[in-house]
Amino acid sequence: MSATATAPSGDNYLNHEKGLWSWLTTLDHKRIGILYMISVMVFFLLGGIFAMLMRTELIAPGRTIMGPETYNRVMTYHGTIMVFMVIIPGIPAFLGNFIMPLQIGAKDVAFPKLNLISWYCLMVGALVAFTSLFYNGVDTGWTFYTPYSIRTHTGVTFMVLGAFIMGFSSILTGLNFIVTIHKLRAPGMTFWRMPLFCWGLYSTAIIQVLATPVLAITLLLIACERILGVGIFDPTLGGDPVLFEHFFWFYSHPAVYIMILPAMGVISEVITAFSHKTIFGYKAIAFSSIGIAAVSFFVWGHHLFVAGQSEVAGIIFSFITMLVGVPTAIKVFNWTATLYKGSIEFKPPMLFALGFLFLFTIGGVTGIMLATIALDVHLHDTYFVVAHFHYVMVGGTLMAIMAGFYYWFPKIFGRMYNIFWARITFVLIFVGFNVTFFPQFILGAMGMPRRYYDYLPAFTSLNRISSIGAYTIGLGFLIALIVILQGIFGGEKASANPWGAKTLEWSTVSPPPHDNFVTEPIVTAGPYEYR
Amino acid sequence: MAHTKAAAEAHGHGEHGGHIIVPMSSYVKVLIALLILTALTVAVARPVSGFDAGIFNTLIAFLIATVKASLVLAIFMGLKYDKKLNLAIFLTGVFFLLVLLLFCVLDIYTRVHVQSTL
Repeated sequence: MSATATAPSGDNYLNHEKGLWSWLTTLDHKRIGILYMISVMVFFLLGGIFAMLMRTELIAPGRTIMGPETYNRVMTYHGTIMVFMVIIPGIPAFLGNFIMPLQIGAKDVAFPKLNLISWYCLMVGALVAFTSLFYNGVDTGWTFYTPYSIRTHTGVTFMVLGAFIMGFSSILTGLNFIVTIHKLRAPGMTFWRMPLFCWGLYSTAIIQVLATPVLAITLLLIACERILGVGIFDPTLGGDPVLFEHFFWFYSHPAVYIMILPAMGVISEVITAFSHKTIFGYKAIAFSSIGIAAVSFFVWGHHLFVAGQSEVAGIIFSFITMLVGVPTAIKVFNWTATLYKGSIEFKPPMLFALGFLFLFTIGGVTGIMLATIALDVHLHDTYFVVAHFHYVMVGGTLMAIMAGFYYWFPKIFGRMYNIFWARITFVLIFVGFNVTFFPQFILGAMGMPRRYYDYLPAFTSLNRISSIGAYTIGLGFLIALIVILQGIFGGEKASANPWGAKTLEWSTVSPPPHDNFVTEPIVTAGPYEYR
Repeated sequence: MAHTKAAAEAHGHGEHGGHIIVPMSSYVKVLIALLILTALTVAVARPVSGFDAGIFNTLIAFLIATVKASLVLAIFMGLKYDKKLNLAIFLTGVFFLLVLLLFCVLDIYTRVHVQSTL
């Protein structure tokens, strides 16, 4: 890919305007990306603290540091914060906002004001959700299953209204990205010259726009049921609680792909950049993103195998769920083929990308296991499921967030972080992750139920190992925070393209100027023309 | 400049050749149609008029609502005058809504008729 060269003028998006007010009212996609970055990091810290509290409670059977009611609340806040406030906005809203317009050669997103509103929706939604803390907390888990969520005397109404508002953040971001990718690509930037990160974001945006409204309405129905006593999901009022699960998972399963598709985009960028090699199967990876997005709408019923759903529906959902493995495997095989005979550099982003490949594959394969009805009947609601989705969400998405953050850090801040300590964070997070969650596969297979406050003495050793692993992850992320802050405030100045990558964002100065490029880029080749 | 061109297209001056200004009379006609259809919805509601089409009650109400929604989409929201791509995007949303309803109905009806062994 070639683009018009840019000359440093000293002006960049960080110093273009000054003062807190300029940040809170900014329409610059890069600054909005930074606002998302700060919010997501704060929410991640909160969600992480709740995770540490849970693992500390589970370090031994019986009461350790809290009672069962408190445990239920801690578990709920960990899940809701991590899903709605960290992983869903993590890559699209932070990295996507910052990087995507640069990658397609645009000055900004299509609707800058809508972009800022979407950040405020996340903030207001989070505020409303946290108001539930003053109303006895929430103890339903992040899935708000009925009829319990209708009857519990806790702050469920605030939490679901908060999630409802946060949903608008997701919808508006998705809408903005679809229009931006369709309308604002630079001259010569055809769809087939778009970096795969943009393809990942585009597929994600389709899901965000199509699925999130269903969750919004479902959560609103819970609020209506709690406030007005309308009988939609409550069986005592003639409602159907399984219908709630249908509605909820119609969004929440595709939401898993909202979390993982942009992560896959990041991995495509990082693997090709640090293998210094053209990506293998560009079109196959691009189409598989769209394929995953499409299939994701037909598989939600695998969450309901033992919820009272009919056997006919269960068999159909089981079969379709297996199909997701096809486009996903296409990606994994293509990434592996890209590595083959590449000049691989084990820089921190690449380490996290390779960690992603390893962990996500385990998460994916165990997902196929759980899609098999006969097996799921036994493993459903055990720690096997907890381990599976953490391998996908943490081993997949969070590893990709770290890979992407370390990859684009010099572009975002114009500075370089400490490579040695960044590698240490990878080792701690990767080892800690496996020590935490692999024992949970065994615990689940042994029959330990998820969401329980207590367990049998036979499960003690594995739970203890799991908790020690969690502390190791915590230490890893704490060091990562220090590495990031040290890089931002005291890191060495980075060149425009320190990794020798080929996509368009690396052709502008670091940090980028307010308008992204000094002169309009003209694209004449594909995104990964290494050799 | 790519942005200038894109902005122009976004405002309807792009490939399909200019922004269509819908005459006021069309809006008025649609408004009248919507009011009549609303009155019809009320008229065919059993508690109000005593009209009873049995199992078709809901179907009739849905049909009227669909016609009303189509009028709003086509005229008020301009889908009739837009590029066909916009119609395709809208129909994609409808398709996925049907997927949701289809699978929920499939579950509910097979749940009633098949004895579960789970």
